[in-house]
Amino acid sequence: MLSENAVKEIGLIRNKYHDAQSSLLPALYVVQKEHGWLSPEALKEVGEILNVPKAEVKGVSTFYAMFRHRPIGRHLIQLCTNVACMIMGSESLLNILKERYGLEPNGTTGDGRFSLVVMECIGACGTAPAMLVDTDFHDNLTEERIVNILEKYK
Amino acid sequence: MEKFLLRNIENPNSTDINEYIKAGGYKALLKAVEMKPADIVSEVRKSGLRGRGGAGFPTGMKWAFASADPKKPRYMLCNADEGEPGTFKDRPILEKNPHLLIEGMIISGYALEAEYGYIYIRGEYPAAKDILDAAIKQAHEKGYLGDNVSGKGVRFHLYVHQGAGAYICGEETALIESLEGKRGQPRIKPPFPVNEGFLSKPTIINNVETLANIPYIIEIGADAYAEIGSPDCPGPKLYSVSGHVKRPGVYELPMGITLREIIYDHCGGIRGDKKLKAVIPGGISTPILPADAIDCPMDFVNMPKHGSMLGSGAVMVFDETVDLVKVCYRAIKFFEHESCGKCTPCREGVGWMRAILERISGGSGTAEDIDLLIEVSNNITGKTFCPLGDGAAMVVQNFVKNFRSEFEEKIH
Repeated sequence: MLSENAVKEIGLIRNKYHDAQSSLLPALYVVQKEHGWLSPEALKEVGEILNVPKAEVKGVSTFYAMFRHRPIGRHLIQLCTNVACMIMGSESLLNILKERYGLEPNGTTGDGRFSLVVMECIGACGTAPAMLVDTDFHDNLTEERIVNILEKYK
Repeated sequence: MEKFLLRNIENPNSTDINEYIKAGGYKALLKAVEMKPADIVSEVRKSGLRGRGGAGFPTGMKWAFASADPKKPRYMLCNADEGEPGTFKDRPILEKNPHLLIEGMIISGYALEAEYGYIYIRGEYPAAKDILDAAIKQAHEKGYLGDNVSGKGVRFHLYVHQGAGAYICGEETALIESLEGKRGQPRIKPPFPVNEGFLSKPTIINNVETLANIPYIIEIGADAYAEIGSPDCPGPKLYSVSGHVKRPGVYELPMGITLREIIYDHCGGIRGDKKLKAVIPGGISTPILPADAIDCPMDFVNMPKHGSMLGSGAVMVFDETVDLVKVCYRAIKFFEHESCGKCTPCREGVGWMRAILERISGGSGTAEDIDLLIEVSNNITGKTFCPLGDGAAMVVQNFVKNFRSEFEEKIH
């Protein structure tokens, strides 16, 4: 069930556009922020609010890499491995995450603390390698730095 | 060169509207609303400004097409979906100078008689989204946005719309689909967005950096603006430099500066004083150049004469230690991930190229693989709705053309 707040927020978003479906992506963000992911029930509810067929809602939400369709850990690590980050050492960072936390791409740690997603370019090529943890940018990563940074996320 | 696009960004409070106004901000808007909309369009046309998103299409011409279509309402969109690997030039504007973009959008909206604007920002820039939202709120409070812009009875409402991780949405018709709440799959053109775009209405889409140039053109006039940079391709340009240079980052320099000057004069040369091996000059899709080809003027007109393209001005520098076959493989893996799946040559062909490159890179390639790779790429070029497939094919063709021996060395 979407919270009253979420429904209200979607209603406000709806006013920014001249048609209902345009508010679909922002509405999905509202739900994902609240629940951490987009369950089939949540997709159905968003579709009902915006009067968009549920097959369309699912088709749209699964098109975009940043919408999540299963539960994730408390903190989401989005590590860039595209060319600029690759040549500056993102592979060794992937190894550290595996050794230290048992984290594989698209996986979650056993204690539910971290999930890992390997990203395409996140626009931090000048300070590569880089990652987003939740919505925080961290760049100029080294094996030591990434471990220190992650210690702050409990 | 005096900075305009990155003016004031060293100020720790640069996102605050009062600081922006103190540094001369919103003066161009006040000047613009005293002009006729058509005169602003001609001024932009006269300036010679070309779109900074990658294609380099003349902005004034795009605007004139939109103005000529009587359908209303019109929409003004900003493409802030900078997803081309290597590109981070728009980020300083979005995060440090948001009012410059907002001012550019209000002037553009007024010039094109569009009352609604949307900034489509990539999901990977969550901080920039919050900064823009806060800046828009401030602009409303100061009366620069809303139903009576600067007391002149002009209407302009501006919203931020967040993408969700799809490179293809940087393509303008895919961006429109995405803004309409659909899968970001490109439309066939024509009709062009200037006639039938967002919600089938005339829609002008410009890149962040393009829009950020508009206040400058109004401020100094088209004639003075046209004096900056290259004759056929004027203005300041943001170059985002990454890879093995001593000082990577975003640089505001004139159009037409050479790649060598960017790398050696501004970025301090190659790290650890190693040898330069190759440069991708304009984002991952643009043709890779060997080290001896960097005396080329970086603008939309001259780069094609030197075997590459300006693209987004994202300079990626590779030193002698880099395995270029691996870089090529990683680049194509990216395109495979980002292909929207609509056109068969791109959807299937790019995956096929990735598989061949994976083989070669992993040491199990065969003698026929390099030619097969080129054959597959030739069957993608020109056979798709949008340039994504072309981009992937171009990457493969130019890596092989310029560095064939590296591929051959991997095949035993």
